[in-house]
Amino acid sequence: MKYVTEFRDAHLVKGVIEEIKRTVTRSWVLMEICGGQTHSIVRHGLDQLLPTEIELVHGPGCPVCVTPLEQIDRAHAIASMPNVIFTSYGDMLRVPGSGMDLFSIRASGGDVRVVYSPLDAVRIAKENPTKQVVFFAIGFETTAPANVMAVIHAKMLGLQNFSILVSHVRVPPAIRIILGSSSNRVQGFLLAGHVCAVMGYHEYPALAEGFHVPMAITGFEPLDLANGILKIVRLLETGRTTEIDNSYSRAVTFEGNLPAQKIINQVFMECDRGWRGIGVIPASGWCLRPEYNNFNAEIRFDVTEIQPRESELCIAGQIMQGRKKPHDCIAFGKQCSPEHPLGATMVSSEGACAAYYKYDR
Amino acid sequence: MSNPDINGAYCPVPLPHNDQIVLGHGSGGKMAADLISKIFLPAFDNPALRAGDDGAVLDVPGGQIAVSVDSHVVSPLFFPGSDIGHLAVCGTVNDVAMMGARPLYLTAGFILEEGLTLDTLIRIVSSMKAAANEAGVQIVCGDTKVVQRGKGDGLYITTTGLGIIPPGISISGTLAKPGDAVILSGPIGDHGISVLAARGELGFETDIQSDSAPLNHLVAAMMSVSPNIHVLRDPTRGGVATTLNEIAAQSQVGIILNESDIQVRPAVAAVCEMLGFDPLYIANEGKLLAIIAKEDASKVISIMKETKYGEEARIIGEVTTNPRNRVLLKTEIGSTRVVDVLMGEMLPRIC
Repeated sequence: MKYVTEFRDAHLVKGVIEEIKRTVTRSWVLMEICGGQTHSIVRHGLDQLLPTEIELVHGPGCPVCVTPLEQIDRAHAIASMPNVIFTSYGDMLRVPGSGMDLFSIRASGGDVRVVYSPLDAVRIAKENPTKQVVFFAIGFETTAPANVMAVIHAKMLGLQNFSILVSHVRVPPAIRIILGSSSNRVQGFLLAGHVCAVMGYHEYPALAEGFHVPMAITGFEPLDLANGILKIVRLLETGRTTEIDNSYSRAVTFEGNLPAQKIINQVFMECDRGWRGIGVIPASGWCLRPEYNNFNAEIRFDVTEIQPRESELCIAGQIMQGRKKPHDCIAFGKQCSPEHPLGATMVSSEGACAAYYKYDR
Repeated sequence: MSNPDINGAYCPVPLPHNDQIVLGHGSGGKMAADLISKIFLPAFDNPALRAGDDGAVLDVPGGQIAVSVDSHVVSPLFFPGSDIGHLAVCGTVNDVAMMGARPLYLTAGFILEEGLTLDTLIRIVSSMKAAANEAGVQIVCGDTKVVQRGKGDGLYITTTGLGIIPPGISISGTLAKPGDAVILSGPIGDHGISVLAARGELGFETDIQSDSAPLNHLVAAMMSVSPNIHVLRDPTRGGVATTLNEIAAQSQVGIILNESDIQVRPAVAAVCEMLGFDPLYIANEGKLLAIIAKEDASKVISIMKETKYGEEARIIGEVTTNPRNRVLLKTEIGSTRVVDVLMGEMLPRIC
C-alpha cells in the first residue's frame, strides 16, 4: 500500500534503530504527544527494539481520553433526549461519563449513530428535518477542519436542526503545562505529525527555546517513529536542545494548511478547556464563536448546568503527563481493563493503558 | 480542576454492562463469551456444551453426529458476493464441517418482518438453495414467523445443521498440541469489510466481495490426506485473533503467528488503515484455520491449494507450550506483541 508499506519496511527500520544505538551515549526520556503514535509504537513493538537508554513516555494526545467529564455527561444528557439523533466518532461510545456510556444510551432507546466524518452528520440532519441532529465535535487540531466544515455546510444548507457539542483541545498549551511542571521528566518531544499537517509548526520553536527541549515532527508508521526518535536523540546528544526537526516533511510544512486554519478561525475561537485527568488548561481549547451560537448544542439543549465531579480512582492524569506508566498503576490489568475501564487512558484504543493492555506490556 | 498541574486523576467508575444487553454482546468477542460462561453455560451445563466448540459432538448408536446452530441478522440483506440466505447456509455448514463432520441436513427458521417483499424472500431462498446444492446438503424442515413492521430487520434466519462424524475422527478446539502448524486458508477480512461498505454509512465504496462459501468439501479434501488434523475453526465474528485465542484457551497452549504470512487484500488493508481496524479482528465467512501435526502440513496445504476455497492456504504460525492461553504475533519489523480477543463492538477510531 502506497505510503504505508514502505514505512513498515523491516530492513529500513532496523537500519534506523542501529543508528540510534550508535548515537546514544546516555539515558533520555522522550514523549510522543499523540495517541495515534502511542498505538503505533506499541502495536508494532517499536519500543522493544530501542536501546534501553531511550525511555518513551506517553502524552495526553488521545482526544477521547482527555475529553472532560462534563462534556461527556452533557453529551449523554443530549443523546438521551427524545427526538435527538446523536452522532459521534466511534470510540467516544465507549467512554463512561458519570453514570453511563453511549452504548447504554443506545440500548435504552437513544438514537446514537457512529459517523466517520462530521459531514455525514450534516447529511443525517438534512435527511431527518423533524429531528435534532447533534455531532460530538471532539479532537485536537487534526479533526478541527472537518468539524468546522460540518458547521459551515449546515449553515450553507440553512439547516435549523443541526448543532455540535464542542470539546476541542490543542497540543501546544498541553506541552507548555507538561514542560512547566516541577516534576517534568520529558527531555524531548515527538510532535504529532497530523496536528502539524494542519497547523504547521510555527508554534513550537518558542516552546523548544523556552524549555530547552528539542522536538521532532513525526509520522505514524514504524519508520517515521524510529526516524523521529533518531532525530531527537541526535539533537539531545549534540546539545542542540532548542531545535525543531521536521521528520515528516512529506505531510508537514512550517505554515501548515492555511485554508484549513482559515476556516477553523472563522468558526472557532480560543477558550479555556478542561482536560480529563489533568484539569483546566487556560486557552487550551477551541469553542464556537458567538456568531455560530445557533449551532452550539450546549446552548440549544441548555446543558451547561451539568458540572459533574470526577472520583479519584486511577492515575490516568499522571500517565497522560508522562509521570507514570500504565504498569505503575495498581489497577492495571486487574480491576482496570478495556472491558471494565477505570480511566480514560484504558477506554480509547489510542489511550496508553489500552495500548499496553492490548499488546501485553 | 482549577489547577492543571496537580497530580492524580479523575476517573469514573467502570461500566461493566451487566444490567442490559448492548450490541457488543453480539460481536463474538469477550462480551459474548462472558454471556455464555455466566448465563448460558451454568443454566444448561452438560459435557457437549462445556467442550466450547462451535457445534456439539453427540454419541448416537453406531457413531457420532455433530450439531450446530447459527442465527443470521445481517444488515443489509444483500451485499457484494453474498446475502443473508447464502450466509445462513454456509455459516452452519461450516460450523458442522469444523467438527470434522460431513454435513447432511439443515433446518431453517425464518422470522419475517411485515412488509418484506416476496421478491426479496424468493431471491434469498434461491440463494440458500444454490449454497445448499454446492455444499451437498438438504434443508429438511423449517419454520416461519412474522413480526410487526418495525420489529425486525426485514428477515432473520436461523439454521441448524446436522452431520455425521466419520469413525476415528476427533477434531476439537481442545486438541491443539505444541509443535502443530497453524494453517489459514486464504486472505482475511473480506466479509466484514464488504458488509461494512454495503451499509454505506462510512462513506466509502469498494469492490471487495464477501468470501461467504461452504467449506465442507475443502475440509473433506484435507481429511482425506491427513488423520492428524487436531483443530478446525472458521474465524467468523471476532476474526482470526479471537478464534485463535479461544483455541489457545481451550487447549491450554500458546500460538505464535508471523504477521508477514497473514494475507490481507490491499483493498481490505486500506479500509482497515482508514478506519483504524485490525484485519485480525474482521469477520470471515469462507476461511478456515486448521491446526495440524507439523509433518502433515505440506501435504494438507498441497491438497487445499487444489480446491476452490483453499487456493491461497499457507502456514501462518505454530502452536507452542508457552505462553499458555496466549496468541503472540511476530511483527513485520521483528518485534513481538500479544494478540488479544475482541473486547466489545469494533469501532472506527477518531484519527
